[in-house]
Amino acid sequence: MITELGHFALILAFFVACFQAIVPLVGAHKRWSGWMAVAEPAAVVQFLLTAGAFAALTWAFVNSDFTVRLVVLNSHSLKPMLYKVTGVWGNHEGSMLLWVLIVTLFGAFAAWFGGGLPPTLRARVLAVQAMIGVAFFAFILFTSNPFLRVATAPFDGQDLNPLLQDPGLAFHPPFLYLGYVGLSMTFSFAVAALIEGRVDAAWGRWVRPYTLAAWIFLTIGIGLGSWWAYYELGWGGFWFWDPVENASFMPWLIAAALLHSAIVVEKRESLKAWTILLAIMAFGFSMVGAFITRSGVITSVHAFAADPERGVFLLMILAVFMLGGLTLFAARAPALQSKGVFALISRESALVANNVLLAVAAFVVFTGTIWPLIAELFFERKLSVGAPFFDLAFTPFMVGLALILPVGAMLAWKRAKIGRALRQLRLPFVVSLIVGVIIYALQSGGGLLGPAGMFLAVWLVIGSAVDLWNRTGRGRNRFARLWRVSRADWGKAVAHSGLGITIAGVAGMLAWEAEDIRILKPGLSAELAGYTVTLREVKEVEGPNYLATVGVFNLSQEGRQISTLLPEKRIYPVAGMPTTEAAIDNGFLRDIYVVIGDPQQGGGWAVRSYYKPLANWIWGGAILMALGGALSLSDRRYRVAAGARRSGGAKVPAE
Amino acid sequence: MRRWRGFGLLARLGPLALALVLLAMPAFAVEPDEILDDPVLEERARHISAGLRCLVCRNESIDDSNADLARDLRLLVRERLLAGDADSQVIDYVVDRYGEYVLLKPLTGGTNLVLWLAGPLMFLGGLIIGGLFVRRRSRAPATASAALTEEEQSRLDEILKE
Repeated sequence: MITELGHFALILAFFVACFQAIVPLVGAHKRWSGWMAVAEPAAVVQFLLTAGAFAALTWAFVNSDFTVRLVVLNSHSLKPMLYKVTGVWGNHEGSMLLWVLIVTLFGAFAAWFGGGLPPTLRARVLAVQAMIGVAFFAFILFTSNPFLRVATAPFDGQDLNPLLQDPGLAFHPPFLYLGYVGLSMTFSFAVAALIEGRVDAAWGRWVRPYTLAAWIFLTIGIGLGSWWAYYELGWGGFWFWDPVENASFMPWLIAAALLHSAIVVEKRESLKAWTILLAIMAFGFSMVGAFITRSGVITSVHAFAADPERGVFLLMILAVFMLGGLTLFAARAPALQSKGVFALISRESALVANNVLLAVAAFVVFTGTIWPLIAELFFERKLSVGAPFFDLAFTPFMVGLALILPVGAMLAWKRAKIGRALRQLRLPFVVSLIVGVIIYALQSGGGLLGPAGMFLAVWLVIGSAVDLWNRTGRGRNRFARLWRVSRADWGKAVAHSGLGITIAGVAGMLAWEAEDIRILKPGLSAELAGYTVTLREVKEVEGPNYLATVGVFNLSQEGRQISTLLPEKRIYPVAGMPTTEAAIDNGFLRDIYVVIGDPQQGGGWAVRSYYKPLANWIWGGAILMALGGALSLSDRRYRVAAGARRSGGAKVPAE
Repeated sequence: MRRWRGFGLLARLGPLALALVLLAMPAFAVEPDEILDDPVLEERARHISAGLRCLVCRNESIDDSNADLARDLRLLVRERLLAGDADSQVIDYVVDRYGEYVLLKPLTGGTNLVLWLAGPLMFLGGLIIGGLFVRRRSRAPATASAALTEEEQSRLDEILKE
């Protein structure tokens, strides 16, 4: 019964979305205020109905209702409650429902907090958002209905993929979707502005919180996914340049570019057309991501079940929205004249450089991801594009970005003196150079990667600190004034330092990791980068829905006991899948990572131990980036509600 | 063996489940018995393996994969190294048998030039367009100081009224 109610709510939501996609748009065109005003209640109703449908599906999972096909395929009565709930989105149909729930959530958000928008713009934004809703409601109802029943209910379910039964992965999709779909809001704003034919500073301010929020969620989602890969896949890799990873990375890069160009629109009324184009492309890349993950066109480690029919449907959605958006852009872009005037050396120019680097980096990832497909379709060459290509083709742009970042961040708007910025950055530059040289001298092998990474990291972190320090003005009490610096400035410094920390982690881990693979019998040990890993015993343990072989290891350094490590090898009988659970001793400067493998013929177990320097810095940096974004988002000037209090076309005061 | 009771289902699901197991097998790639005694040779083997694709896997190198085929390829690479091949000879040997599909780092020849040059060319284009834009903006004062357009005038009025 509840399942049918959920299904019905979803169908109703589809019709509400259809209504909301047309009526306000006509209203805005004809200036009929009543027709425009229906957009807000419609957006809220659409959200409530979708939330109801989602709740119904969750209810079916929680109560293990095995008359529902999706529950049979993805759940099991013995599964822990946490994974019964996360199982709702651990599959194609359920995750699409989550996706569309977030589309309507953002729509409702714009309705609740969009009070300050001019009525025509607000009506158009909500109408475009509803069009996106219509497309995805139709996709769910016609190709991926989560509410289908089975004729005869089986006694128990087939369990969720055990790899997904993990907190890191369980919560990574909702964050990613909040990010992907958050970009649908910037798309709606961009299209609405094109229809209005007007982009001004106020538009830049309205669209920025959504972009920032989407970027923060993407950062957290990607970070969680990479952390999960690190501890779960069993060899401590954190990024594989897999198509699905790239699918989330491209929107992240574009959103980062958009974030910065929207500042230029807001503060200087320049870069308008480019910002609109980025907003369209950002959502385009989100949908390319959905297409790659769900169509199976480009195979990858963790794509959902491939289905050509769904793939074609998604491709059509992508084509309609991109063609529509870009056509509108081509028609209206010439009208979007830049107003702000700035010199060659200025913050504006630096942000243009930032945008070029980020956009090209995203484009490189895109080319690499789809090249195997193009080569096979058009040139009949079956080839692979893997990590070695991306490492070579992508890294230079990030190095360039990190090099210019502290300089650009210090430049003044309009007209800056490069000499002044460089003078202030002399200290960070010298310090980072010294750090790089010392590390180069001290390291044993590893080449330039480690020292160069550390140089960039120190350069970014101290450069951001100097920038923040500069905001405290002159004279005494600068420390006290540090706390009065705006949250946006703090956010900028924290996020930029976070990038530095991540660069340090990536470079350190790749340059200096060590590995040991051997057969160990109880009592024997492996030596690794000054640490001793000793196997004490191996035992069998039974979990709630799995069986595990657990190795008990002692980790010690120079005879001093550090910790006990318990790596597991699990088998989930229902899903028929083994997983490894690595044991990790986390440290500030290094992780020790131990994995137990198969028993060997002559006795003993295969054991892999890794020394992973600076591993946690990778995710620590991601957390800092997200935190910086959140700080900036909480700045009074950028809060969504602050936009609401402001009246329509208010001019934004310069800093 | 009580703990194997669940595998009846696995057997019934047959090839699909098996394929899933292969795909999702936790990677336990290089096994202790594969490692060469000569650490220099082993280092070279690892380096070569990291650039070769496991053919039955999705986007994994044979160094990371634990599929049987990946293991065979790893052993083959080590065999060739022991036979005295140079790194490039080993790679050519594998490509001769499996095609360029096994290379995770695509060749630079032919149409692949497009792939390799796409980034640099786009960057160049971006620099030129960005540079032109910046130059136009920096020279704009002359035109901007001219009379306001009608639109700008109305907008100015609007702002002043608020």
